[in-house]
Amino acid sequence: MYSDNVQQEEKVNNQLKGRDSTSLQDNKKAKISWIIKKNLFDGWKNVLLTILTIIFSIFVLYQVTAFVITNSWDVVYVHLRLLMIGQYPLEEIWRLWFGLYYASLMIGLTWGLWKGAGKAVAFTFGSVYFIFAVIPWTTVNTSINLAGCIMLIAVGYFFGNKLERLKIPVIILWILFLPLTLGLITGFGGIITPVLSRYWGGWLLTVILASISIVGCFPLGILLALGRRSTLPAVKYFCIAYIELIRGMPLIMVLFIGQMLIPLFLGGETGIDNVTRAMIAYTFFAAAYLAEDVRGGLQSLPVGQYEAAQALGLNKFKTTFLIILPQALKAVIPALVGLFITILKDTSLVAIIGLADFLGTARRISNNPEYLGRYMELYIFVAVFYFIFCYLMAYVSRYLERKLSRSVN
Amino acid sequence: MSKYFKYLLGAAVAVTLSACASGDVEEGSTESSTSSGNTLNTVIDRGELNAGVNDQLPGFGYVDSDGEYTGFDVDFARAIAAAVLGDADAVNFRPLSAQERFTAVQTGEVDVLLRNTTYTTSRDSDVGMDFAPVTFYDGQGMMVPKSAGISTLEELEGMTIGVETGTTTELNLADQLGALGVEYNTQTFDDRDALLAAYEAGSIDAWTTDRSGLVSSFAVLENPDDHIILEETLSKEPLAPAVLHGDNQWKDAVTWIVYALIQAEEFGITQDNIDDFLDSDNPDIQRLLGVEGGLGSMLGLEDDFAYQAISQVGNYGEIYDRHLGPDTEFNLPRGMNALYQDGGLQYSMPFR
Repeated sequence: MYSDNVQQEEKVNNQLKGRDSTSLQDNKKAKISWIIKKNLFDGWKNVLLTILTIIFSIFVLYQVTAFVITNSWDVVYVHLRLLMIGQYPLEEIWRLWFGLYYASLMIGLTWGLWKGAGKAVAFTFGSVYFIFAVIPWTTVNTSINLAGCIMLIAVGYFFGNKLERLKIPVIILWILFLPLTLGLITGFGGIITPVLSRYWGGWLLTVILASISIVGCFPLGILLALGRRSTLPAVKYFCIAYIELIRGMPLIMVLFIGQMLIPLFLGGETGIDNVTRAMIAYTFFAAAYLAEDVRGGLQSLPVGQYEAAQALGLNKFKTTFLIILPQALKAVIPALVGLFITILKDTSLVAIIGLADFLGTARRISNNPEYLGRYMELYIFVAVFYFIFCYLMAYVSRYLERKLSRSVN
Repeated sequence: MSKYFKYLLGAAVAVTLSACASGDVEEGSTESSTSSGNTLNTVIDRGELNAGVNDQLPGFGYVDSDGEYTGFDVDFARAIAAAVLGDADAVNFRPLSAQERFTAVQTGEVDVLLRNTTYTTSRDSDVGMDFAPVTFYDGQGMMVPKSAGISTLEELEGMTIGVETGTTTELNLADQLGALGVEYNTQTFDDRDALLAAYEAGSIDAWTTDRSGLVSSFAVLENPDDHIILEETLSKEPLAPAVLHGDNQWKDAVTWIVYALIQAEEFGITQDNIDDFLDSDNPDIQRLLGVEGGLGSMLGLEDDFAYQAISQVGNYGEIYDRHLGPDTEFNLPRGMNALYQDGGLQYSMPFR
């Protein structure tokens, strides 16, 4: 909160004075002295404002630090397992570890092969593993497993760095990642002991819901965007109707429709459990928004691109998938990642349809009579966790944006 | 880079397809329940009871630190499972929000709803529920700070009263205070924590919910002694298990399982001493425990259904004390929930 205030104040001051701060970036020292002298203590009004802000910031910082330090965080660490994986059966927990090992190795390999933002991802995951491994409240077993994950990141980096030819296998392994881990988590539909979705919860449920929705809405949204620009009236008007209908409804309503009307229409015998229904609702909802983002990208392309592709003798399919879409998607990466971050956070709405995602689990725990009213610690923990991963997504998006625009120039 | 973009695009499509495939797999693995016909047989065939519960109501239905469902309502679900299936753990708990609970019963997603649901005319008729006997008599109450010096509802004139959204409390409040001609303001909150924070900060002058909820909030308030619950109640809130309307056999079964727990308390039969009662000479006890009379088979259950429920979960009083009694944070007096001979309303129909 403290740094937030300072940044905001800087911004305000910049705007007030109409100066461009970049013009004074000759060296770091000059910049700092400029910020302090001209930016914060320029005239008595600014001096007053700065002092007041500093006092307020220190006060808030003091309060927060005092809360964090003096509080007994037992409500969080006693329930770490519930918060992370919900009621997932302990004897099947190796499946989740497998998923985490898989992800760690892949992150390491990706970092080694492509460098760039892979480093930030690897370090973030590594740090989260490390923190959870060293805090005294995790079991020895968990710490060992987490240490294993960190090792795998390192191993992945080592091999990725050495062996260029791993690129194709790594891409294939990434493609297989979601179906494999998800299949393992559910039990491959009965091949091994199934773990029904009612036992999923906490961060696990949040991640599963978000990743399925993101991966599912992507092709659906692209098809809708292409369909909306189609010359076939039936396709075009269907896509317009779908997009506008979904965008005209609040997400909660779409969730309620998925949760209540689907079983009412189809009868209780459909056997689609409520987690799957929520996934379907999120996917359909996100697809409409993604379609509009992609359409923006499509419209930004000059008509010359189409003509050039035609002149090269590419057919319509090739034009779309090799020329148009790559450029259109690149143009809308920030919007897409923004949408994905929104989806990740919006999954917390499943609490109202009786699912216990990350936030829902925190709320559940705060209603345990032993810990009644201890919601502040839980909410802070949840907020920090969400922030880490949302910020990571935003960072990777910014990196991709820079990287892709450079590769064109 | 564009070379890899091609792969990425292909990756996205392939992953989606496989995700859809694994979604299908998951559907297949989920047991489907038949909503039509005979719920009792469905439950027995399935070997598991689907019970709709609350997962965020302290004392009645919540998740403990090990991730297990516990609470007063939850124990009734376990008792039903013990009576019908012989195993108190054969329950699939389905946490339900207030909004979706009736739909879940209507579609057959849950066999029985044990989610602090008030027994009302419209729910019994229009909503399509059937209610088993009341397990908990509650009533809407009002909490005010002692310092406000309020003792009757009339004195709330001009005050701001906090209520939770999506419940009948707001309606009851309007009905009762409207009838008294009291002018007041309401402020609605999405959850209890936010409401209590506003109440403690003094931005609302009073707040109302069921008395059980008011009492349990004492555990959260900073200075519980500074607050009182008004004597007057704003409504009757009898909480009862609900099943789908029209399936009489299932309703009968649930009804008599609840009665069995109340009757057991009346006879003094507890989880620990139940085996001593098996050779009791009292014909009433013999019939209740299924030693003779064959009452269970008349209901379509095993004859020892009451024995199973009591021995695995306990009688009504034991369940009450375990979750709401003097040894808990709530220490909720039995009040209307005492047995009839102790001045309460809990009364079992005779087992014969």
